[in-house]
Amino acid sequence: MSANQTTQKIRSTSAFDVERIRADFPILKLKVNDKPLVYLDNAASSQMPQQVIDRLVYYQTKQHANIHRGVHYLSEVATSEFEEARRKLQRFINANEDREVIFTSGTTEAINLVMHGYGRKFIGAGDEIILTTLEHHANIVPWQMLAEEKGAKIRVVPINDAGELLIDEYEKLFNDRTKFVGVTHVSNALGSINPIKEMIAFAHARGVPVLVDGAQAAPHTKIDVQDLNCDFYAFSGHKLCGPTGIGILYGRAELLESMQPFKGGGDMILSVTFEKTTYNTIPHKFEAGTPPISAAIGLGAAVDYLSAIGMDAIAAHELDLLKYATGQISSIAGVRVMGTAEHKAAVLSFAVDGVHPHDIGTLLNQEGIAVRTGHHCAQPVMQRLHVPATSRASFAFYNTMDEVDALIAGIRTVQKIFT
Amino acid sequence: MADYKSLYQEVILDHNKKPRNYGTIEHPSHHAVGHNPLCGDHITVDVVVDEGRINNIAFQGESCAICKASASMMTTSVKGKTREEAETLIQEFLAMATGKLSHENCPHIGRLAVFAGVSDLPTRVKCAILPWHTLNGAFNAVASTSTEAEEDPMHAPIGDA
Repeated sequence: MSANQTTQKIRSTSAFDVERIRADFPILKLKVNDKPLVYLDNAASSQMPQQVIDRLVYYQTKQHANIHRGVHYLSEVATSEFEEARRKLQRFINANEDREVIFTSGTTEAINLVMHGYGRKFIGAGDEIILTTLEHHANIVPWQMLAEEKGAKIRVVPINDAGELLIDEYEKLFNDRTKFVGVTHVSNALGSINPIKEMIAFAHARGVPVLVDGAQAAPHTKIDVQDLNCDFYAFSGHKLCGPTGIGILYGRAELLESMQPFKGGGDMILSVTFEKTTYNTIPHKFEAGTPPISAAIGLGAAVDYLSAIGMDAIAAHELDLLKYATGQISSIAGVRVMGTAEHKAAVLSFAVDGVHPHDIGTLLNQEGIAVRTGHHCAQPVMQRLHVPATSRASFAFYNTMDEVDALIAGIRTVQKIFT
Repeated sequence: MADYKSLYQEVILDHNKKPRNYGTIEHPSHHAVGHNPLCGDHITVDVVVDEGRINNIAFQGESCAICKASASMMTTSVKGKTREEAETLIQEFLAMATGKLSHENCPHIGRLAVFAGVSDLPTRVKCAILPWHTLNGAFNAVASTSTEAEEDPMHAPIGDA
């Protein structure tokens, strides 16, 4: 270990009380295969602190009823808590108004909502949609479905070997048929942080709206949708210590108002006759049916929890973990890091010479270490890097330098088995 | 949960490193491509069946150690056997790998019993069975098989596996 890496390890643990934070997460005390759990699959889903678990139990024990309907006590309490959760999310991303926050089942549904609500109304034959090589399948497939339906065309921003978008190429893709841009804030497979603020400004100068897939960014960095000036921003609750089945779509109010509803049903209407239905105002226009009320309230508690720690402190600790892990893993002969962008979130995709990622995943699991192996729902990235799959360790603020050491030891064990 | 040593043992690591019957055959009587879209593994299996007997067999592809060792050991196990004997072995291997039969109840399984531990690792079962799946596809003139294809008679859903 170099002196530099040692310094990083000490500095980080002293600046950030990770042990106190870990005490909030009951699942981190688990043993897997008789080894302490080392959970490094946070980009897939993060774990939930006791504070959020307690909030869910409290809601279910004392506050549950259907919302926006009954005049009785519980319905009013549930409605008020649900709408308070919306305001918490509004503050979390610094949206201008709470009606710009739509609860969805997650990032995937949020993107599908924009495809149906905006895309099917405003994108037509011959129009072009710009996406990037770094997109998760969730920000590719809905647009392919739209392109097929409408006869529109998808243009793709390429990346360099480090996993960074080629911004010159992005700018060259624009023409007068360009109608929409979809870009991920942070690559789930490689961790690259994209220069979305600049990309949005470029698109806006040409009158083109931009959707940002924030699934991997929202858990790790402070999001300010007004500063970014994005038109849509989507993320999932379960990647930021909240429940599954809940996420949000932020949309600028005038865009949301111009869009057609995504799903029809109760709660999204003002009046219904068989002759004519009048849609509700935003955000309710996009929230047909009974939403996952407890999950939304749980997500509100999760962003309270993260905000209390501070997104800047979280980002700083995760960057320390990434730097330390990158230094350590790069020192192992026969291991290659994929994704070496200058600006990176705490995602470490790697390959071990002569060992398939699935064998790595199974063998690390035997050491109690959870990593993701596979194509990470980002097959275009894998094709670009000429690999079928990678192993991916993704860190959260509750991970420790000791866990990085466990990962490194685990990789050495894998190499030993395969020599 | 099986100890990994019961799965990643010497014989499997050896077949992964030095796969037997690796490559292609110029004029196979049977051929199929097997694909596991969940992990990107794909292999080809070429077979020469002459008067009901497997005279030659070869496989090739990109895959994890479990899949490659399974394919390698499959080729050495069925070479020289009749097609019927090979089909019996396919059924026994699939039953063992998916945990439906213990290896003691598979009379023809022999040293392929090293793969018994995979039944405790649901996400890895498909790695072990892909070569067998593909050989079955070759016998039944299914040019391309997938561990995910619903219409495939060999389809084994994860919950089942």
